Amino acid sequence: MSESNAEKTVKPLDTFRIVQAIIAVLFVIFLSWRLYSVISAGIYGPDTWLRFTISGLIIGSVYSVIAIGYTLVYGILFMINFAHGEIMMLGAFAGYFVLEGLNGLVVDQAAGVSFLDQYQILSVILAFVVGMVMAAIVGYYLEKIAYRPLRGAPRLIPLISAIGASIFLQNAAQLIFGPKRRTYQNPSALTRSVGWRIPISGEEVILTYTGALTFVLSILLLVGLYVLVQRTRFGRAMRAVAEDKQTAALMGINVDSVISTTFVISGALGGAAGVMWGIQNGIIYHYIGFIPGLKAFTAAVLGGIGNIPGAMLGGIFLGIVESLGPAALGIDFQLKDVIAFSILVLVLIFRPSGILSEVLTEEKV
Amino acid sequence: MAMLEVNDIHTFYGNIHALKGISLTVEENEIVTLIGGNGAGKTTTLRTISGLLSPRHGQVKFEGEDISSTPAHELVYRGITMVPEGRGIFSRLSVSENLDMGAYSREDKSKLQDDYDRVFQLFPRLKERRKQVAGTLSGGEQQMLATARALMASPRLLLMDEPSMGLAPILVENVFETIKQINKDGTTILLVEQNATVALSVADRGYVLQTGEIVLKDNADNLKKDEMVRKAYLGID
Repeated sequence: MSESNAEKTVKPLDTFRIVQAIIAVLFVIFLSWRLYSVISAGIYGPDTWLRFTISGLIIGSVYSVIAIGYTLVYGILFMINFAHGEIMMLGAFAGYFVLEGLNGLVVDQAAGVSFLDQYQILSVILAFVVGMVMAAIVGYYLEKIAYRPLRGAPRLIPLISAIGASIFLQNAAQLIFGPKRRTYQNPSALTRSVGWRIPISGEEVILTYTGALTFVLSILLLVGLYVLVQRTRFGRAMRAVAEDKQTAALMGINVDSVISTTFVISGALGGAAGVMWGIQNGIIYHYIGFIPGLKAFTAAVLGGIGNIPGAMLGGIFLGIVESLGPAALGIDFQLKDVIAFSILVLVLIFRPSGILSEVLTEEKV
Repeated sequence: MAMLEVNDIHTFYGNIHALKGISLTVEENEIVTLIGGNGAGKTTTLRTISGLLSPRHGQVKFEGEDISSTPAHELVYRGITMVPEGRGIFSRLSVSENLDMGAYSREDKSKLQDDYDRVFQLFPRLKERRKQVAGTLSGGEQQMLATARALMASPRLLLMDEPSMGLAPILVENVFETIKQINKDGTTILLVEQNATVALSVADRGYVLQTGEIVLKDNADNLKKDEMVRKAYLGID
């Protein structure tokens, strides 16, 4: 009796495995065929590949910072904060107004030099600080208003609330800031598309200053966050709350305040990503949070949602694949979003727990 | 004045009336046990005292102060710590990180090292395994860790929920030896147990719970001799 039951439960799993294997084989054949035809045709030189890799690393590092925001919240509440992309967008706006304001502030009347050009580093720091603080405040109230009242509810309900909050924030931004596209006012040292020139096989690849700033800052934020989570008292409290809220409370940890602080940190990271996005890409409007938000969510799932190093690697991996993918497959560059979301689908089919998850569990045991 | 005074508490889960007027007291330096079958309300009583639940009616007083609606994380700072049912080990953290979590509420960091030494003396096994991830410990070791972690908060009142659960008889004996030792060192203990035999062997006094009410209270020796207790909980005819 029990044996026949066991057979029955194994069978559908086998069909699923076979389907998985067929998809995988077809996918690998398709990839190799495209890659072979692109490389044999020699469409792109080494300089182009390098250019794609650099831009992938830069955009990927922004995805990482946003992805951490998803993963932190998921790790603690087991919910996807779909409004996180909008927090990033609001952070971008806060940074925009700081730079705009400092550009209007003339410090040297005679020469007409603005604060922005006079104190460039300070101006950029101010933009980041204000962007992060504003986004953190939004994150804090978002949790308080949209998620905390639903704490005991089934998991689908806060998810719907998150989607609602996302739509609300997008439209609120459109209402307040208007639908027009605004140009980020970078200080002159961070003029877009200017940077170090790297000579490679007779060509020059530009590593932009904005890109370098974005990448370095992302890595600093990620390292800082890792230290915060692994080495500090608050980090320990956070990990305890993530694992078992009730026992954490019995240790004297104020669970509600840990959750609030998590949203503040996640929001601050989102805000930093928003300012980076503005400085790097130059154009912001109320809708910019949506696609990067979804991409970063993909990155978080890719690395194993709830897993901090996973989100970091997932973000960078996604950035590189999305940047190199269209070239490698010889398809149109506008299809990069298709590549990113195909990865989401593939991960969900083959390894829903994420790429890093299994490695880490093995290590733990 | 009793250290802990519970006056006629009524606790609900939604509409389910789980505690129907529980009253009990715990004096300083006592070991008091609550015994009873499944669903009697033992765990609910502990959870209400520890602040994880709050009573709809009635009052919990600790050292004369009303703590009925004080949340659990604040009670830890006042000196009440609970070892929850099923131990509540942080399985992804290491043994020493678990102990650090227990000391989370401590403000007197200077004495912390003494407490590490003390729990490692009580549980030498944990010292050997302090780098190990807690989820990989055996059931008995996890119980030791849960108890050690609670002690790291240096509680004056320790609430223990079913420390014998899922342990081999030889280990149960060890656990209760340790409970006696902890009590001797000056910690008051309120203990919930299904295993009435061992519970009454270490306790000073006991309460018998049935479907959310206290049906009997006496000192441990008298309870052991009580006809009803012998039949229902000690398995002696």
